[in-house]
Amino acid sequence: MQLTVGPNQFFWDTERWAALYDELATAPVDRVVLGELVCSKRLPFFQDRIPQAISTLAEAGKTVVLTSLALVTLKRERKLTAALPEMGVEVEVNDLTTLAYLPEGTPFSVGPLVNVYNESTLAWLAGRGATRICLPPELPLASVRILAAAGADLGVAIEVWGHGRVPLAISGRCYHARMHGRTKDNCQFACEDDPDGLDVRTMDDQPFLAMNGVQTLSDSYVSCVHQTQALADAGVAALRLSPQSTGFAKICGLYRQLLVGTGDATSVAAAICGMDENTRLSDGFLTGARGVDWSGTA
Amino acid sequence: MVMEIVCPAGTPAALRAAVKAGAHTIYCGFADETNARNFPGLNFDRTEMREGIAFAHFHGAKVLVAINTFPRAGDEAIWHRAVGDAESCGADAVILADIGLLDHAARSHPGLRRHVSVQAAAANADMINLYAVEFGIRRVVLPRVLSVPEIAAINAETEVETEVFVFGGLCVMAEGRCSLSSYATGQSPNMNGACSPAEHVEYNDQAGVLSARLGGFTIHRAAPGESAPYPTLCKGCFSAGDKSGHLFEDPVSLNAEHLIPQLQKAGVTALKIEGRQRSRSYVAQVVRNFRAAVDAADAGLPMPEGMMAQLSEGQSSTAGAYRKTWR
Repeated sequence: MQLTVGPNQFFWDTERWAALYDELATAPVDRVVLGELVCSKRLPFFQDRIPQAISTLAEAGKTVVLTSLALVTLKRERKLTAALPEMGVEVEVNDLTTLAYLPEGTPFSVGPLVNVYNESTLAWLAGRGATRICLPPELPLASVRILAAAGADLGVAIEVWGHGRVPLAISGRCYHARMHGRTKDNCQFACEDDPDGLDVRTMDDQPFLAMNGVQTLSDSYVSCVHQTQALADAGVAALRLSPQSTGFAKICGLYRQLLVGTGDATSVAAAICGMDENTRLSDGFLTGARGVDWSGTA
Repeated sequence: MVMEIVCPAGTPAALRAAVKAGAHTIYCGFADETNARNFPGLNFDRTEMREGIAFAHFHGAKVLVAINTFPRAGDEAIWHRAVGDAESCGADAVILADIGLLDHAARSHPGLRRHVSVQAAAANADMINLYAVEFGIRRVVLPRVLSVPEIAAINAETEVETEVFVFGGLCVMAEGRCSLSSYATGQSPNMNGACSPAEHVEYNDQAGVLSARLGGFTIHRAAPGESAPYPTLCKGCFSAGDKSGHLFEDPVSLNAEHLIPQLQKAGVTALKIEGRQRSRSYVAQVVRNFRAAVDAADAGLPMPEGMMAQLSEGQSSTAGAYRKTWR
């Protein structure tokens, strides 16, 4: 299986953003998806650095892909979406609006925020030119197996969420701004202080979610370490690893060890948790009763 | 033209009550996982659907059948059967969210009118026009992330009719793109047609303080005498940083009655009322009020004042994303 790095979901300062892609040039990953996924207001801060990141990664032998926004509503956002194919790299569709701007027949990939739940949807997207689909994270293993087989028949590589805080919802409202008593249009970039999202706790002070501007993520880091073999057996082509602010290159290395058999699931999970005592893992979407459930002991 | 009132019916009795109260159109679903209000005791079997549609047609009303969950891999036949049965029961249109199902309906049931569900989150004219070209859709239910001027701009760029929510429960997340319930309870709006389901709710009374848990997570606590709203995830109480409270949305419901003239000016075709889980008396009263309001708007008369306030959840309501400051 391959390793794909998904787009950074958080708002980082430009230097930290650029450093991630410098670091990934030497990390054991195959594909890197970059660009702004969550909020169009963040893009001007690093837009100028995207061409350099693309060429650094491409020179290092990585396949580089540019993501669309997850939710396109404003005129400005439609223009940004229309301009994506002009960057000269493959586009990852995370909002179907993007399809309206891809010339028919242009190969593209589909990200986890497009609802691909069944074979008919997969086949329709394949007919439009999809060559790779990262499935929605909430799909159970039974569905993944069926869709991986359907993808194989149609020449579509199937990718599954492998690691990281998982996107659970996207809204028109910015929760970071709201928490600071502001509106989205006057947010003053309230999300910039939380490079992995802001922890949201229950009334019992139990960690539960993470706030990231207009996006809501899981508190737990979804990890498929215990399902990697089952996913490989199903014919899944790649695992998606989602960037986090610390230790991400090391995490990429741990998943590579798992794939090549020099690390086992339990020790990889323990190593991930050992990097930060506040890291909680989950894999319930694939095999549990609830998304938040974890099948391991770590 | 008078805007169309599109009214929910969770039961045949609610359908009849809504028709008698003056609804132009009723929407409902089959009693299974094919619709996004898959609650115990709600919705229609095939016979009820056929009879309900006949009743509505006899009284000059239309019926839309919502088949708006995302078909499960390996089991798409269940959803295909629902589309076929909706057509044979005489439905005026089906409301669909899944691309694969829209494609199936367009190919296999070309004579059956297709609407795009709010669950498809079609939030701009490009996406709506793509659905029109690919699947011949005639109407889109807009997601609750748009302001009134944005809705007007969409209508200026598409021939597809638009339908907007004006009253009832309010999703604060883009619909069809939310897995919060799936994460906490394993039951998902997209896959199971259920959000924050009742079988995962627990209440615990300690010295008069009532805690509400969903999927084991305590998301509301009411002191003695305080009201305890149903623990819906996005309207729960949480803490983050040094803040605590309803961080995503207050326990409010949507009420856009005052915006009816503006929505009409924005080119909206139909006004949708949420609440297939509601009683027939509630449905009838809401329909009567909204029917009076659209008739007044069409005649250029002022909106009846405060007509819906007493029907709102927890007595508190919002105009949601229709006003830009909500964001």
